[in-house]
Amino acid sequence: MKYAFPFAAVVALVLIALIGVQIPGMQYFFGVVIPYLAMALFLGGFCYRIFYWAKSPVPFKIPTTCGQGYSLPWIKQDKLEAPNNTSQVVARMFLEIFLFRSLWRNTKATVYDGPKLTYESSKWLWLFGILFHYSFLVVVIRHMRMFMEPVPFLVSFVEVGDSLLQIGAPTMYMTDVTLVLGLLFLFGRRLVNPHVRYISLANDYFPLFLLLGVATTGIMMRFFLRTDVDINAIKELAVGLVTFQPTITAKISAIFYAHLFLVCALLAYFPFSKLMHMGGVFMSPTRNMANDSRMVRHINPWNPDIKPHSYAGYEDEFREDMIEQGIPVEKGLPPKPEAETKEEAE
Amino acid sequence: MYDSGKIIPGLIIFVLFITIPIWYNHGDAGNAPKPELPKDAKSCVLSAEDMRSGHMQLLNEWRDEVLRDGDRGTITIDGKQYQKSLMLTCMECHTSKKKFCDTCHDYASVKPYCWDCHIAPVE
Repeated sequence: MKYAFPFAAVVALVLIALIGVQIPGMQYFFGVVIPYLAMALFLGGFCYRIFYWAKSPVPFKIPTTCGQGYSLPWIKQDKLEAPNNTSQVVARMFLEIFLFRSLWRNTKATVYDGPKLTYESSKWLWLFGILFHYSFLVVVIRHMRMFMEPVPFLVSFVEVGDSLLQIGAPTMYMTDVTLVLGLLFLFGRRLVNPHVRYISLANDYFPLFLLLGVATTGIMMRFFLRTDVDINAIKELAVGLVTFQPTITAKISAIFYAHLFLVCALLAYFPFSKLMHMGGVFMSPTRNMANDSRMVRHINPWNPDIKPHSYAGYEDEFREDMIEQGIPVEKGLPPKPEAETKEEAE
Repeated sequence: MYDSGKIIPGLIIFVLFITIPIWYNHGDAGNAPKPELPKDAKSCVLSAEDMRSGHMQLLNEWRDEVLRDGDRGTITIDGKQYQKSLMLTCMECHTSKKKFCDTCHDYASVKPYCWDCHIAPVE
């Protein structure tokens, strides 16, 4: 059920697009209205989530360290594992974001007869994770040729590099292969590894199926179901969308709309799902804080504004009640100026 | 909100980055390509629709047959014989690379490697 339902949801999305565009006039809905809505949801939702997170206080300094912290001069500090200033934190974050350094440390625990517990390095998740993420980045950059006129050098450079193997026509993209490979591994891991399978939920499978759907429809459209996939009409629509004058000039194949609809579903789903780790990785306090709790005092932003209250002040506040209850006080009550008050009353 | 000095600039950079196509085009969608069709020829080896979607596959097939298999035989369509050749068949009618091939290829940023081996017509 955990994977049947998300799979059915993605199939349903594809069918909605494939059948929907057969209705006259719905091409505009699927080609223009839905993409604008999805993009608005993506940007609005992304900012909302970031603001929501930024409003959460971090009550303690909680960097995760796994190396020698800053100490006495003759003890060598591990600057990346226990950073104690901003530049070291930036270096650590950079390696985390660009090289997925914490996945590199992934280990696999196995129990042998004895019983004997062993931990062994397991880099497959790192390898296929980074393969998928960088392939996806290249795919997104490549797609910019549809949205930019004239096509910038960087975009065409990436595209030429990606199709460098010159296999077939239209040329095969290396990232198409690596992206699908990465996704299939990430999916297979959830099926095969019993620990990960146990903790996997429908919202772990859905993004994987959705991304596989996006990749499959894209690959089908480029290499196999080419009829009516008029690249120039598609570019006119895409450039039209980003210049706010969208037009659909020719009949475009339904598979294009299925591809587009899945991408829109991904964009709309993105901010409200685990995919927000794209923004969240920058905001993880266990990574972006310096291990300097003994040098800099971290003030809990939750702390209420409490003024110091000395005993003398306390006694001033409650002196009368204390005397009444027979509690000893350091300073007696001031003498009552009875005469004056009587005069005033008159 | 905490750390707004870092988060808000970061978020602004993100939004500007995502919307690069909007700033890059600044409202100008450019012109759709209009390839110049040959005036005297009326039919191609395939229908316009099939050529639009499959010309690159056809050219690849021809290249493989002619250069790799040494099969220089002709193909007959509607009683008319055609040579399997880019320069002698395609470019016979579509004489200009710039006004025909390049219009669409430039627009969609497609860089076919035909001209790695063939010499493009001087224009």
